[in-house]
Amino acid sequence: MATVINPRGQQYVDLLDRVWGERRGLVGWLTTTDHKRIGIMYFFTALAFFGAGGVEALLIRTQLFGPHGHVLSPAAYDQVFTMHGITMIFLFVIPMTTGAFGNYLLPLMIGARDMAFPRMNALSYWIYLASGIFIYIALAQGHAPNAGWFDYVPLASKTYNPSINIDFYGWGLIFNGISSTAASINFIVTIFKLRAPGMSLNRMPLFCYAFLAVSFALLFALPSLSVACLFLELDRQLGFHFYDASHGGNPLLWQNLFWIFGHPEVYIIILPAFGIATSIIPAFSHRKMVFFPLVALAEILVAFLGFGVWVHHMFTVGYATVTTIYFAAASLIIVIPSAIQLFAWITTIMTGTPQFKTPMLFIIGFIVFFIIGGLSGVTLAAIPFDQQVHDSYYVIAHFHFVIFGAAVFPILGGMYFWFPKVTGKLYHEGVGKLSFWATFVGTLVTFFPMHILGLMGMVRRNYTYPPGLGFSTLNALETVAAYVLAAGLLMIVLNLAISYFKGPAAGNDPFEGDTLEWSTGSPPPPYNYAVIPTVTSPYPMWDKQDRELDNKRLERGEGVLALGHRTPGTTVQDARLDEILNMPPHSIWPPVTALGLAGIFAMLLLGHLFIAAGFAAVIALTLIGWHHHGVQP
Amino acid sequence: MVKPPLHRPRRSSKVRYGAAAIVVGGALLLSGCSKQSIISNASPQAHGITVLWWWMLGVAALVFLGAVVLLVIGYVTRRRPGLPFLGQREIAAQGLVLVFGIGIPLGVLVALFGVSDIYLIRQTAAPAPRTTALTIHVIGHQWWWEVRYDGGHPVTANEIHIPVRTRVNLVATTADVIHSFWVPQLNRKIDMIPGQRNRILLYADRTGKYRGQCSQFCGLQHANMGMFVIAQPQSAFRAWLAHTSRRSSSPTTPQARAGKQLFLTSQCASCHFIAGTPAQGTIGPDLTHVASRSTLAAATIPNTPRELADWIHNPQAIKPGVRMPDLGLSWRQVDRIVAYLEELK
Repeated sequence: MATVINPRGQQYVDLLDRVWGERRGLVGWLTTTDHKRIGIMYFFTALAFFGAGGVEALLIRTQLFGPHGHVLSPAAYDQVFTMHGITMIFLFVIPMTTGAFGNYLLPLMIGARDMAFPRMNALSYWIYLASGIFIYIALAQGHAPNAGWFDYVPLASKTYNPSINIDFYGWGLIFNGISSTAASINFIVTIFKLRAPGMSLNRMPLFCYAFLAVSFALLFALPSLSVACLFLELDRQLGFHFYDASHGGNPLLWQNLFWIFGHPEVYIIILPAFGIATSIIPAFSHRKMVFFPLVALAEILVAFLGFGVWVHHMFTVGYATVTTIYFAAASLIIVIPSAIQLFAWITTIMTGTPQFKTPMLFIIGFIVFFIIGGLSGVTLAAIPFDQQVHDSYYVIAHFHFVIFGAAVFPILGGMYFWFPKVTGKLYHEGVGKLSFWATFVGTLVTFFPMHILGLMGMVRRNYTYPPGLGFSTLNALETVAAYVLAAGLLMIVLNLAISYFKGPAAGNDPFEGDTLEWSTGSPPPPYNYAVIPTVTSPYPMWDKQDRELDNKRLERGEGVLALGHRTPGTTVQDARLDEILNMPPHSIWPPVTALGLAGIFAMLLLGHLFIAAGFAAVIALTLIGWHHHGVQP
Repeated sequence: MVKPPLHRPRRSSKVRYGAAAIVVGGALLLSGCSKQSIISNASPQAHGITVLWWWMLGVAALVFLGAVVLLVIGYVTRRRPGLPFLGQREIAAQGLVLVFGIGIPLGVLVALFGVSDIYLIRQTAAPAPRTTALTIHVIGHQWWWEVRYDGGHPVTANEIHIPVRTRVNLVATTADVIHSFWVPQLNRKIDMIPGQRNRILLYADRTGKYRGQCSQFCGLQHANMGMFVIAQPQSAFRAWLAHTSRRSSSPTTPQARAGKQLFLTSQCASCHFIAGTPAQGTIGPDLTHVASRSTLAAATIPNTPRELADWIHNPQAIKPGVRMPDLGLSWRQVDRIVAYLEELK
């Protein structure tokens, strides 16, 4: 701790340590409701899935190294590219951003002691883990989903895909969606009700705005996916005809339902990255964000407008021009809030005194890739051009610049940025910079030539390509670059792993960050803040006098709330102190409930509806236990 | 920004090459070298889209450079004193955000919308009903293309013959899952969707063979679902059409006659159609004039006697998952069938 705590303050700290202490060892992790430990579990689980998705990507690239590759059979290739998409989107990016970064950092940034619903938070994690294992059991059995991550019917129907592969997709994604829905509700309530007194909405960090926007977007987008998957399973398992054109159904219903979810999803993936960028940029530019209110508004607008553009994934299905141009116009309009944010970051860097340490380098990489991916995105709103390159490698290039370049680079930068906060250790700056250049060059050379391949007519999702069309050289180059990229990512993991054990101590605030989390210990104690912080601006760490005031209040025992798991609840808009909330302590019921849910979905998958209903009854019983133990003495 | 020179599509090559100068390295690879490239276009529709592309690339390159210049300024002035933690020059910075974040994008986007989504979209649209002399029905199958000419009589597979400089109305439907019809050098793509009858304009400026491919993932052999559009002079096209409308010729050699007998008595006839014979199957491609086609198995292998024999002997080895089963024929039997099929010119 940067400041010395006097004995009177220490007495309160000891009390808090006792009240908030959790069990040790494996049981501790199983029963935890601490948002930080849940965030760490999310982090490692998502990282494992990132590894799996990365191996799948390398398999794809190795297969495509030259024409007529024989690394994977056609059937294996279909499963691998489908799992690559599902893994990266549902099991890596969303859990990594909302689950790991959001969970760990958001309560810290708003000066809260936990998420609004700590046990539901734990439940979200256990459901996520169970759904990930559920989907990966399919791959282990050689029956992974194989109709692409957007799983178009009728290719995914029982007629053309009779095996269990697609059922893993249908039930797995509904299962996974429960986790994200619960997490979103938790974030919204936490952001609206648990901000430290004084942190009115206009003083809330932009990171939190991004997560607020993402949570609302998830909440409204996921039902569409769940309904689509439910219809799919009704078609497949009970012989319904929602998507069956020969019985009056419509395969385009799937596409519409899927993309009503799928496009907001794109912004769900990238908005947290924006949030991370708006945390790193001011810290390393030593400057407040330019145009804070407009950037906050733009973040919300992107999430909102993202719901009105889904048909741009369907420009080639034969819809009337009046329909398509509406969606083209909407897709062009959404460029504006994105451009506002982009140039707000750039001008913040330009008019500040930027320091190009590793996290900042990743943000520069993010900005460069976001411009490339954004510009290629604009070209795809030109309907005739989209209809030319749709489903070609041009589109693959576009969305990897957006989803890998622009969404994952801030995650990597964020890993470096908050590593000292989470572990209390400093990473190695030289290796950090090297890892940046490896991933930057790897990404650029892997994905940029895909634009050219798309224009040359290379179609996506092909397990092979003929030698005579001029695709070979660029594909070989991309494959080599993919391995460079993988090496860069491994370098990051190694740098952080070794620094965890051997790195020098970081202190509370190694980067002169602007948000509250830098004021507490590294790693933060279970209760986050010994005294509930006071906030008077959106850059509370740069308000030195406020932080000194906090220390004085600790000595007086003011705002310590040490009588149980307590955190203040505040009003939605102005964050005036409203009530003192009693938070539930650790509990075994969240993982038990997740296990029961896994039972339901396993039985649904196998078509045993009555046994599934039996598991539902078990869950009802666990909920009794959950609430019984939730009562505080 | 994006001016529309698109109404004189054939005369704008200067514009194209002007914009091409901006292009970094590899993009020049595009023009002309590939048979499936959108850049080496052969119709006013594809040409219009290509011109649009070069303009978009030019403007995108400018925007990219502009943003990078701002970042470089940030890098160069990083040691400038006096700014830590402050928000000086807020008005200037905010002005930059408004200009670059709203002003310039708005202008570019409105221009792009006008050119592409109001103007060019009409040029590439499907022809109005009954405005073309010729209609061709293409039906997607896992994993090949059935091609029927109006009236339904001449039927072929994986090769679409069209007369050059003639507007053709192409009707795209599917027999099973969703496919997408795409011949990049001629026009944009159109999906083939169950229960739907989509149409697209097919037009070629000059004679030639244009490669196309299914571009919507349709299962195991999506990768091997190619086809060719063959644009011919009017007279050649008419002759081809007349020839294709005829029934198959009778086999002339004893080997071929034995092959025909084998074809009709084995499983072949239950899936394939040969006009003028009892082979009336409709599951696989029509083989009435199979020997006149240049490739087999949807542009997967060249149509030579050798390749055809390999294909009949073991199709699963060449195109794993293809609907055509291994029939367990001996090489001697295969050779007879090949002798017969080779006569079906």
